[in-house]
Order: sequence, then structure tokens, then C-alpha cells
Amino acid sequence: MEIVILISFALLSLSMLLIFIRLLMGPTLPDRVVALELLATVIVAITGTYAIFTDRSSFIDVAIVVALTAFLAAIGFARFLERGGPRDD
Amino acid sequence: MTETILNWVIALFMLSSGIFTLLAAVGILRLPDLMTRMHASTKAGALGVALMMIAAMLHFNDLVVMAKALAVIMFILITAPIAAHAIGRAGYFVGVPIWVNTVKDELFNRYDSDTHRLRSGLETEEELKAMKTSNKDKPRIRVTTKK
Repeated sequence: MEIVILISFALLSLSMLLIFIRLLMGPTLPDRVVALELLATVIVAITGTYAIFTDRSSFIDVAIVVALTAFLAAIGFARFLERGGPRDD
Repeated sequence: MTETILNWVIALFMLSSGIFTLLAAVGILRLPDLMTRMHASTKAGALGVALMMIAAMLHFNDLVVMAKALAVIMFILITAPIAAHAIGRAGYFVGVPIWVNTVKDELFNRYDSDTHRLRSGLETEEELKAMKTSNKDKPRIRVTTKK
């Protein structure tokens, strides 16, 4: 069981690294916003893994809050882009 | 015996969650333009989180945790398409370049870039006149993946 949890952590960390590369590369601002949203999704998955790892169920609450914040951030960024705020890609 | 089987099932869910999330990450890194990247990130990412929450649900085997994990899954499944729609729409108005091999762009010349109003193509003449069309539609930029 321990080794499975470690492998899941490794896979999730590797995906965070790849998403972070896209966040730095991303040619336009919407690309970066999509990368940020996926980063938050991966953080939710990592929180679930950590809840299983430490055997504490309170971390599920953290996952709920992170998911909510990521959604609000994505919507806010989308409104900001659509209303034509100052952009610096 | 039951414990062992349950552990195997949890391990299966956790590993498939990791693999799907990694797939989403590879997709967002390797695909050519915004729309295809969004297609990779939304679906595979949501599936990865859902599988991990199912694993947590089975691991804790508690009604409260189960309800919370189900709430996370429902929330992700509801909000991921909404956020993707909002970002995709904003990207279309901003004029994000699309892939050079894109076959179809059905919104092209249909969106009024000032009022953000979509023409269906089935309007009568009077309706089109009343809509005071502005012909400032930006041509969609097409990019090649090879730099």
C-alpha cells in the first residue's frame, strides 16, 4: 500500500512539473489560465492522496476549498480577459 | 481477505488517477493550441480527481467522508465544463491563434466583436439591419507547431 501511495505522489508531482512548464511557456494569457486551473485540479488530487497517506479525513475539506477557489479564479480570469483588461502576454 | 481485496481496489483507483492526471499534463504540454489543450485538461483532469476521491472514499469507509468526497466529485464535474467554457469564450474574443490544421471554425464571422452577440445565420433582413453589423471581425490567426 505504501509503495502505491508513493507511486501516485510521483505521478502527480511529475504532472505538476509538466503543467508548470506549460505555465512558463504558454504563448498567450488564456493558455496560462488553463494551465493554472489544471494545476489546481492536480493539487486537489494530491490533497486526496495525502489524506489517504496520513489517514486523516479532514484533508478532504481542504480539497473542497481548493476546488472552489480554483473555479472562482478561473471565472474571474475569464471575465477579466473578455472585458478587455490590460494584457501583457 | 476482504481487507486485501479492498486494498487492491484502492491501489487500482489511486494508480489510475495518477496516470490520468499525468495524461492531462502531457496533453496540456504537447497539444498545439488553446482549444485542444483545454480538451485534454478538463476531461482527463476531472477524471483523475474523481478517481482519487473514490479511492479516499473506499479507504476511510465512513459515511461523512463519503459525503464530502462525493461533494468534491460533483463540484468538479459541474464546475470544470463551466470554467472551460468561460476561458474558451474569452480566448476566442481575445483572438488566440488556432492550430493550422483546424478543420472547422463555426463561429467565424458570426460573433460581433463589439457587442459579443452571436448571429445564427437564420436572421431575416430586417433583423440583420437592426443589429447594425460591424465588419471588424478579426481574421483568425493560424499557427504551425513547428517553430
